[in-house]
Amino acid sequence: MSAVWDERGRMLAAFLLTLKLAGVSAIGSLLLGTVLVSMRVSPIPVLRWSGAAYVNLVRNTPLTLVLLFCGLGLGTVFELQFGDDVSVTTYWLAIIGLTAYTATFVCEVLRAGINTVPVGQSEAARSLGFTFRQNLTLVVLPQAFRSVVGPLGSVLIALTKNTTVAAVIGGLESANVMKDLINAHGDASLPIFAGFALMFVLVTLPTGIFFGWLAKRVQVLR
Amino acid sequence: MSDVLYDVPGPKAVLRNRILTAVLTLALAGAGYLVWKRLSDRGQWAGELWEPFTHADVWTNLILPGLVNTLKAAAVASVLALVFGAVFGVARLSEHRWIRIPAAVVVELFRAVPLLILIVFLKFGVNGLNIGLRVESFTAVVVGLMLYNGSVLAEIFRAGVSAVPRGQSEAAYGIGLRKTGVMVHVMLPQAVTAMMPAIVAQLVVLLKDTALGFIVAYEDLLYRGVNVFAVNPPVKYIQAMIVIAIIYITINMAIGFLANRLEARSRRSRKSAAAPVTSAPAAPGMSAS
Repeated sequence: MSAVWDERGRMLAAFLLTLKLAGVSAIGSLLLGTVLVSMRVSPIPVLRWSGAAYVNLVRNTPLTLVLLFCGLGLGTVFELQFGDDVSVTTYWLAIIGLTAYTATFVCEVLRAGINTVPVGQSEAARSLGFTFRQNLTLVVLPQAFRSVVGPLGSVLIALTKNTTVAAVIGGLESANVMKDLINAHGDASLPIFAGFALMFVLVTLPTGIFFGWLAKRVQVLR
Repeated sequence: MSDVLYDVPGPKAVLRNRILTAVLTLALAGAGYLVWKRLSDRGQWAGELWEPFTHADVWTNLILPGLVNTLKAAAVASVLALVFGAVFGVARLSEHRWIRIPAAVVVELFRAVPLLILIVFLKFGVNGLNIGLRVESFTAVVVGLMLYNGSVLAEIFRAGVSAVPRGQSEAAYGIGLRKTGVMVHVMLPQAVTAMMPAIVAQLVVLLKDTALGFIVAYEDLLYRGVNVFAVNPPVKYIQAMIVIAIIYITINMAIGFLANRLEARSRRSRKSAAAPVTSAPAAPGMSAS
């Protein structure tokens, strides 16, 4: 147990990085996902096709490979840099990968949400002379968001857990730190694992309960 | 729904849509050209980087064995996860509290812990426990996938059984079946039909997650392609990753297509009184509310 206590600083730092990655990628993927879903329901066929192509390609690629595309492709081959420090570059490359991947799931959830909005809503909006953009942003999407708060919460919780995969492009990410700590304190591997597992449980469970509560609170009663 | 978001375009809107289509097509083509240009600036279109993919031995010695390893891990983990899911799903529905609560704790725990943390612990941590076990990468990947996906499947099974209308079990009790008989002969067969789309969708997730084996050096498609093949001089990361991505996407889309077909079929089917369960269960914690 003492190994966990001695290394609490590194464990907490790694977990803080997980939370930062999750937070920034969550905002990014909500924005990108909303753009993608707007493309997928737009009247312009080119937008519909490119949106669908992006979602289907990225969603069916393993996250490990998406992050490798960022790390080895953008990072190693294209020498993309976000600062003098390597860890800063790794951090932003991980965020690009996580955002690109999670946005496809946000898009699919929102599309399901749009389908739950009764046809009458958008028909009424059209009969008032709303354009496609007004119809989508003022009438349909606000209701769609409210009906998919629960599934969106699941996507964000999955994102929090997925940040560990950023270990593949290096950095002091939870999975890497846990591996280092286990290598350093082989006999304490179980408490170290329990420590990391506990940190994730302590974040994902309350988040789940919060989104469950929020979903009930904002749900559209029909 | 999406086709009622806008009116049938009149002459003005048709013109506007055509102009927008042209502009956007040009923009897409421009973006495509930019990517092509950047790649060519870095010499990524050089023939020697692509030519190895035409060698038969690259495929037979490196990539296909990797694919076989990926499919092997996915197949073994799928079977184990289905068994794990069935056992824990039914255990969570048990009338006995001493079965129901431990099963719930296990299922919720493994769904809340990131799969990679689990796999890294199994691979590097178990050896240090001094219980005389040496865990190979394959075992770590398969057991990790089983515990995580099995827990998700347990929730799907539970949702499937709950989706069967109460009248079915009441009728089954009414004709004198006991608990086991009700479950085995009446509830489970209908639940499985209803759950099929969700189960297949979860198996796609499982197949994709085998790529996590890369991190614990399991020689799967991704590891063979990137860490064995691509790093061989001349280094060809981009090329190898594109080819591997195509393989993964093809397989996953094929299974996804199958899932859609199954869903359409179970919607039409009258074999089950339950509505099809299509989506993955909510994240841990949410089900409590």
